[in-house]
Amino acid sequence: MTTSVGVVLFPGSNCEHDVVEAVKGLGEDAQLIWHGDQTLPPVDAVVLPGGFAHGDYLRPGAIARFSPIMESVARFASDGGPVVGICNGFQVLTEAHLLPGALQKNRGLTFLCMPVDLEVASTRSVLTSGVHVGDRLRIPINHFEGNYTCDHETLAELKGEDRIVLRYVDNPNGSVDDIAGICNPTGNVVGLMPHPERACDALLGSEDGKSLWRSLFTWALDRAAAR
Amino acid sequence: MVEVSLRPGIADPQGATIERALPALGFDSVHGVRTGKAIRFSIDAGDEIEARTRVDELCRRFLTNPVIEDATVTLTSDSAINGAAEGAMR
Repeated sequence: MTTSVGVVLFPGSNCEHDVVEAVKGLGEDAQLIWHGDQTLPPVDAVVLPGGFAHGDYLRPGAIARFSPIMESVARFASDGGPVVGICNGFQVLTEAHLLPGALQKNRGLTFLCMPVDLEVASTRSVLTSGVHVGDRLRIPINHFEGNYTCDHETLAELKGEDRIVLRYVDNPNGSVDDIAGICNPTGNVVGLMPHPERACDALLGSEDGKSLWRSLFTWALDRAAAR
Repeated sequence: MVEVSLRPGIADPQGATIERALPALGFDSVHGVRTGKAIRFSIDAGDEIEARTRVDELCRRFLTNPVIEDATVTLTSDSAINGAAEGAMR
């Protein structure tokens, strides 16, 4: 059975085709979904891609949160559907309150575009269910506002509930507790700043993103089988 | 006018960078630089209380991210502005 991944296209998204290519390259199916649509087509997983949705005006994700499709995405998420926000998609998920905290300007005010080493911190998320805690992955980042921040209570909750999914080995942006990615309490909603879709081909320097995508496909397949 | 500022304790790299640059320009005695943004708009409301309630709601839901930002709202009555303008014309 093929996993069908819906990739939401906001005005200003720019990584949607990278996600579609990565998913198709792994033998699964992907389609773009316009942000102005009210309902999701039948998909097994939803990805909010990177870019600058609505020009990042006001704050990254602040306007995208009100895109018509987001109500359906929230419903899909509350039904247990896998939702992954990458980079700008992570910012949208925090603005939509599907994930806690916020993403601030990088420490040092530098736009960062480079491969970084990540360490898997939890395997209870849709994106990391097929890898192991402590695994090292080399995946590129590409952001100005990737400095994850939250209050002490939220951080304690994230730690206590094993919801910090990925950590930077060498923190590039000032994120609290080296956080590169987190998930919701049920693990089906994940936000991360690094771009696993850009680490799926040796020609691009790394294939480490593949194991994350395969985790997502397996989770989606198990969920479909259980329904 | 809504002034959006980072909450106390939230790092402000932009403010810190400005502060670091100031001594090079000879401004040695400036401390605690914090940046923010100002958003100006008009709102139709029956009275000041209604206007403030609606602007507070707008700030909470959209203009600020309460995780990292605070809003300071300053209301100016349009009729007061018009009145002042008329006064100036007389």
